[in-house]
Amino acid sequence: MELPVISNAAPETGGGCSSSGCGSAPDALAHLPDHIRAKVQDHPCYSEEAHHHFARMHVAVAPACNIQCHYCNRKYDCSNESRPGVVSELMTPEQAVKKTLAVAAAIPQMSVLGIAGPGDPLANPERTFETFRMLSEQAPDIKLCVSTNGLSLPDCVDELAKHNIDHVTITINCVDPEIGAQIYPWIFWNNRRIRGVEGARILIEQQQKGLGMLTSRGILVKVNSVMIPGVNDQHLKEVSKIVKAKGAFLHNVMPLIAEAEHGTYYGIMGQREPTPLELEALQDACAGDMSMMRHCRQCRADAVGLLGEDRGAEFTLDKIDEMEIDYATAMVERAKVHEQINAELEMKRQLRTAPRFQPELVTIEPAAPALRNVRIAVATKGGGVINEHFGHAHEFLVYEVGPTSARFLGHRKCTPYCMGDTSCGDGETVLGGIIRSLEGVEVLLASKIGFEPWSDLEKAGIQPNGEHAMEPIDDALRAVYDELAAAGKLDATAGSARAAA
Amino acid sequence: MSLVINDLCVGCYACEPVCPNKAISAPVDRGRPVFFINPDKCTECLGDHDLPQCAEICPIECAIEDEYGEPLNPPGSLTGIPLHLLDLNREGECRT
Ligand code: SF4
Ligand code: SF4
Ligand code: SF4
Repeated sequence: MELPVISNAAPETGGGCSSSGCGSAPDALAHLPDHIRAKVQDHPCYSEEAHHHFARMHVAVAPACNIQCHYCNRKYDCSNESRPGVVSELMTPEQAVKKTLAVAAAIPQMSVLGIAGPGDPLANPERTFETFRMLSEQAPDIKLCVSTNGLSLPDCVDELAKHNIDHVTITINCVDPEIGAQIYPWIFWNNRRIRGVEGARILIEQQQKGLGMLTSRGILVKVNSVMIPGVNDQHLKEVSKIVKAKGAFLHNVMPLIAEAEHGTYYGIMGQREPTPLELEALQDACAGDMSMMRHCRQCRADAVGLLGEDRGAEFTLDKIDEMEIDYATAMVERAKVHEQINAELEMKRQLRTAPRFQPELVTIEPAAPALRNVRIAVATKGGGVINEHFGHAHEFLVYEVGPTSARFLGHRKCTPYCMGDTSCGDGETVLGGIIRSLEGVEVLLASKIGFEPWSDLEKAGIQPNGEHAMEPIDDALRAVYDELAAAGKLDATAGSARAAA
Repeated sequence: MSLVINDLCVGCYACEPVCPNKAISAPVDRGRPVFFINPDKCTECLGDHDLPQCAEICPIECAIEDEYGEPLNPPGSLTGIPLHLLDLNREGECRT
């Protein structure tokens, strides 16, 4: 017998921000030492706050890979950082630099350039490092980052340190070669293909060695893991502990994406993907040990723009050729915009820390009626406000809101309900998919919600709400929660069918 | 004696840098690189390595064949996907 109050209360014991009520949008970076936080606070992929305001882009310059993952089909992009099935425009280092400069001129919020594929960037050291070399000369204000499967990492650390690349992402799915053999069928190592447990053992050794080398040089390391139910889901808790002990500052658990039409081993063999709730539970279990990155959207290797949006189509190679760009002016403009955003973020941070404890000192917490937590989904285009139509949303941000705090749980991706005339005929099934992806959610906030989806959402036990259009997400979550509480819908004992499910 | 890259190749560039004889090139045809082994340069890696390097790193089953048209990485050998499932999913591209 499972009571809703238990499942909702569990994360509170996990330490971190959730139990101590650190404002309404706990910052996963708050616990980090100042010098590390300074390094990451305007990095959209690392800072939960910054990702609403700063932009990043990836360029696809690295086609080759030196291992095989069972969730990848090399006909497409590397799925460690990108979704399988989306082929990116492969570029030469020169083209990549040109594109970066064009985008950074057009989008002054641009702060980070990453190389994440379509293969493994460090299996293409010449192309990857040539790109970094040129960029650090021509756009010294842009931060560089790179992600890798780790196999060649130890050999590349010196070169990485030289280019002043301060963010590296390693995908680490296991520390046990027996488990690794179920994820990696082979690696290419010392001039031969090495299969099974032996290959996995070498890969794991290289990953761990590389991780240690990077952190001992003060280079920030984020670890990505793909959650594969029945293969490494339990094991990832141990991985989280180990990578933290080795100095990784973030651990990002991503769900496996496995569909037969992608032609991957897992897709064809019917390996199932984790449900949103399973993913959340694992992220919670790992969060006790280190900060988790819940806002990661597994963006594509050639994504452009704020997280969750992709303006790549505006910057294809032929369009860039036609653009006239004044790089120097663009850089000055960027500096101004970045300063503004940072000032704004700093203000928010201070507002949040200042008066936070007084009300709790006055109220005698335990005496207050126990209210349960509620999962609320939000449609946003960015900027931290509710500004997306339900029908246009490609994803929903899910928060868990409690009596004194709210925390961000993650993204639920979906096919937009209304993608224009052509697909509206499929509206019914698309809506079904959206409702399924919103498992566990009780309220949905969007700037606008159509009549039809409205009633279906209601039927599914999700209360649509368009009253908070253009309001800051934090404020709206609080208002909705308080309203529910006032209406007596949140008494811990009452519960609801969805929360218990 | 030379290996051949056929049109199953997905153009991932993995083989090109590992060839000890610089036998692999990728002239671009209609915007897409077409990988090609120069038969005059390819030695099947004899004298340099125990195993032909391009075929050792290539991730695509059947993309590299020997002079008799035999694939060095036959169906199922790289992905581990059982043959009966492979044929269904590959629209007959690779049936040796
Ligand atoms: S590392 Fe990336 S490109 Fe290489 S096999 Fe794994 S997912 Fe694919
Ligand atoms: S077999 Fe060896 S020599 Fe021939 S193309 Fe492949 S890597 Fe080069
Ligand atoms: S490694 Fe294989 S798939 Fe990749 S370019 Fe060479 S032949 Fe083509």
